[in-house]
Amino acid sequence: MSDTPTIRPVGEGALLIEFGDRIDETINAKVVALDKALAARPPRGFLEAVPAYCSLLIEYDPQSTSQVELAEAALELAGSAPAAATSGREHVVPISFEPLDGPDLDQVAAQAGLDWEEAIAAFLASRYRVYMYGFAPGYAYMGGVPQVLQLPRKPIAQRGHPAGSVIIAGPQCLITTLPMPTGWWVIGRTPLAVLDATGERPFRFDPGDTIRFERIA
Amino acid sequence: MIARLQVEAAGPLTSLQDAGRRGVMRFGVPRSGPIDRFAFAAALTAAKPAEGTAIELSLGGLTLTCLEGEVGFALCGAAFTVEIDGRAIGSWCRATLGPGQCLRIRQSGGNWAYLAFSGSCTTPTWLGSRATHALSGLGGGMVRAGDVLELHATKPLPPAALQAPAPASHPAPIGIVIGPQERFFGAGALQRLCAEPFIATGTFDRMGRALDGAPLLPLRLDMPSEPALPGCLQITGDGRMTMLLADHQTTGGYPKIAAVIGADIDRLAQMEAGTAFHFEAVSVGEAVKRFRRIADWQAAALRALVSADDLALRLLGANLVGGVVDALGTHEA
Repeated sequence: MSDTPTIRPVGEGALLIEFGDRIDETINAKVVALDKALAARPPRGFLEAVPAYCSLLIEYDPQSTSQVELAEAALELAGSAPAAATSGREHVVPISFEPLDGPDLDQVAAQAGLDWEEAIAAFLASRYRVYMYGFAPGYAYMGGVPQVLQLPRKPIAQRGHPAGSVIIAGPQCLITTLPMPTGWWVIGRTPLAVLDATGERPFRFDPGDTIRFERIA
Repeated sequence: MIARLQVEAAGPLTSLQDAGRRGVMRFGVPRSGPIDRFAFAAALTAAKPAEGTAIELSLGGLTLTCLEGEVGFALCGAAFTVEIDGRAIGSWCRATLGPGQCLRIRQSGGNWAYLAFSGSCTTPTWLGSRATHALSGLGGGMVRAGDVLELHATKPLPPAALQAPAPASHPAPIGIVIGPQERFFGAGALQRLCAEPFIATGTFDRMGRALDGAPLLPLRLDMPSEPALPGCLQITGDGRMTMLLADHQTTGGYPKIAAVIGADIDRLAQMEAGTAFHFEAVSVGEAVKRFRRIADWQAAALRALVSADDLALRLLGANLVGGVVDALGTHEA
């Protein structure tokens, strides 16, 4: 894909700026760079931006700007914003792999052809990049699950996993903030709250940050 | 004055809403706020609550008993019936609830209505807003049977039947802007989207509304999660369509074939279950034009509510409506 992003309308009040169509650190770095440029130099009518894996949504007020004007401003900012490879902070996230906390770890290990301890070692050896938040409050989508542990999601979502569950599917990993049914594999649980509803900084991570997991049980 | 209201019964979608929160979609937090923004604004205009907060009601309605104090209220939205102590006082209406009185609101057509109180509410804010994100319960909160709502600085309000804007006799099709992920569909699916009728189903919540019709099967489902907004028409692997609403998932991996234009999102959300409608693809420019037109029309309707209100208040001030108040039996001094 060329460096010029594709711009698509989302209704009359938003544009989707696409830098690619896959989960990739270089593409996501461009998303993060444009997001920062927009925050530093918001164009007229700009309301809010939503960074995702390989695209950025810009919501604007169509009463005070036009789609064309906003698209031109976004292209100019995207062209001038340097995409830094590593721009974020690093976080250490404690994780327990006890069977009650990670009920699917057995199955994940078996499908990977590893024993339980080998699967844990493989998971802990990787560094995880926060690509985006999505779905619901505080759901930080990370990439970096090692190849050997990458499994397609389960065919049916299963109920009853508590907030703080560490779940994986394909290359993606996330820490849940709500008790929700999920088709992802539940491999552990963290006492660390990504979403702290009453805290001064309610969301712990930013897109572009790096996560390292540290075993506590 | 302080009023305390006991929630006797509440439908599962009853929640506190204000205009919503901005700037946090990047953290997975949608704007929330009212599904029907005009009806919400009308309720606020008629009751003038201190913080711009109202209760959003839907199927299942709401029953409240006033434990102490008295408080004025207004109800606006779809065709809901409002009763005080078993006595019907209309659909769009304003009145005062006194100690011991029971307010019962039931849905009789359409899906969403707003109950605003003349007072200030004491529920928590989250990220600067009382809008409730229903899935997490964060914000002002869901309203459940057994809750007691406490309102401060309450005032009685003169009873009035409020003028609900007349519905169009020939409802226009629902405008859409094609995309952003129309490339995941074949020409046949895009053609059917604009040619065939769809049905607004009774399957909805604050996240979205299922729309029935010809299945629009995606060609493939290999899209990384992309951001979404209210109005987006998301198609799942089985070809079924959902219009996303105020509590939408902020991103999703299912392709969005089109987005309902701002002028028509709330109308489709309110559409009575089982109603058939057509989509009409329009340009972004036309969508902006239609939004302006409806915003002007709504502003005029709100001004009309206010001027009717001023008249009622002046009459009350001149002590001319006492007889009317007694006749309605909704405001016992």
